[in-house]
Amino acid sequence: MKIKLKVWRQKNKDTKGAFKTYNVDHASPDMSFLEMIDVLNTELIKKGEESIAFDHDCREGICGMCSLYINGHPHGPLQTTTCQLHMRTFKDGETITVEPWRAKAFPVIKDLVVDRSAFDRIQQAGGYVNVNTGGVPDANEIPIPKRVAEEAFDAATCIGCGACVAACKNASAMLFVSAKVSQFALLPQGQVERKERAEKMVAQMDAEGFGSCTNTYACEAECPKGIKVANIARMNREYLGAMMTSYEGSTGGGGE
Amino acid sequence: MKWLIDLFSSSIGRKVVMALTGLFIILFLTVHLIGNLQLLKDDGGEAFNVYAYFMTHNPLIKMVSYVNYAFFLFHIGWALLLTIKNRQARGTEGYAVTSSKSSIWSARNMGILGTIILVFLVIHMKDFWGQMHFGEMPTKTYGDHEVKDLFTVVGSAFTQWWYVALYCISMVAIAFHLWHGFASAFQTLGLNHMKYNPVISFVGKAFSIVIPALFALIPIVMFFV
Repeated sequence: MKIKLKVWRQKNKDTKGAFKTYNVDHASPDMSFLEMIDVLNTELIKKGEESIAFDHDCREGICGMCSLYINGHPHGPLQTTTCQLHMRTFKDGETITVEPWRAKAFPVIKDLVVDRSAFDRIQQAGGYVNVNTGGVPDANEIPIPKRVAEEAFDAATCIGCGACVAACKNASAMLFVSAKVSQFALLPQGQVERKERAEKMVAQMDAEGFGSCTNTYACEAECPKGIKVANIARMNREYLGAMMTSYEGSTGGGGE
Repeated sequence: MKWLIDLFSSSIGRKVVMALTGLFIILFLTVHLIGNLQLLKDDGGEAFNVYAYFMTHNPLIKMVSYVNYAFFLFHIGWALLLTIKNRQARGTEGYAVTSSKSSIWSARNMGILGTIILVFLVIHMKDFWGQMHFGEMPTKTYGDHEVKDLFTVVGSAFTQWWYVALYCISMVAIAFHLWHGFASAFQTLGLNHMKYNPVISFVGKAFSIVIPALFALIPIVMFFV
């Protein structure tokens, strides 16, 4: 099949980018979208041109590395990762527009590659649990209702790809952050840092310059892992509850 | 008290202000509608005029109305602030191609709908509220009470077809604003659970149709009758 590809090319963070159109004449319907770009890149290298930079890693839909905003949708028209998107989704002769994620907190580094380390910093701010070392605990020592465990696991399937930010008209990261908050808030292991986690992760999210959620739910519709917006409501609860009941770190007290 | 400042300058805290003020305005709309429906009572405006007098003179109502004005201003101010912040969050370069498939129209256009409502609100307040509070008005006497005849002012305004049209269009904007806003407020406050989600969704949708429709019915009926 033949494809016309309109790709965003940008030399580096500081230069202005622009669209460039490429013809891909030998695309197979069985190729993944990334493989199609691989083929195009090989041709570009042969011609002595600079290949198109894009993020990718596992290519089996679990690492969250691939991005690309394809024809107005993060990861393309299907609710999947770009590596799991196949060329059979598109029509022969179609023009496909490929853009990088657009968010102030995700600056474009080169072509289609954006810097998503803002997500790492949010995660580092509170997306962890402290565990005592010592003897190996019994695997089933702490009872957890099955439904709760499943809910936590559903939240934990978030791969941090940033499609929620890309899809959101406000570039809000709340679906991502709420999945990370929920995953631990639901489980007994996450209780110790529960309040601190909600406060710190939300504060970091705001500091990174992500927008506020206006509940359009575009994130849920585009999330390749089907993370539910019910998590955002949970994060709001967690955050509001924490802000009103946690101990402030700087509070003196004790009649000093 | 740093936590309080932190809370209300956070993204979630700002959203909560939108949700709480929005829900209060929803309550206000309900009360406002019940009062206004008295315009349709066939008594030459007595019930409505007495009601209007009560609403402008009862000390408790007066106090609530100041809270109401404040909440309107907060709702509008915070919406502006959040919109600016959200625009900035997108960055300087926007998307060349966007799709509208993944969200509903009203959810994406709350700002535009809100602006239409604000324009309506200014006209509405100037012509009726302003008139009632500061304007020269004809009066009517019921028993030994002399009250301002707001009924006649409203009635004469609604003899103009364009004024009726303005009201109907504005009510459509309010309907769409509520279609998203009602349920959205509960989500923001963290009230999302499969046990009561269907109730919020149903009540929200019913409210956003019934209330604006009844509001729009008043000028239409007064125009034709």
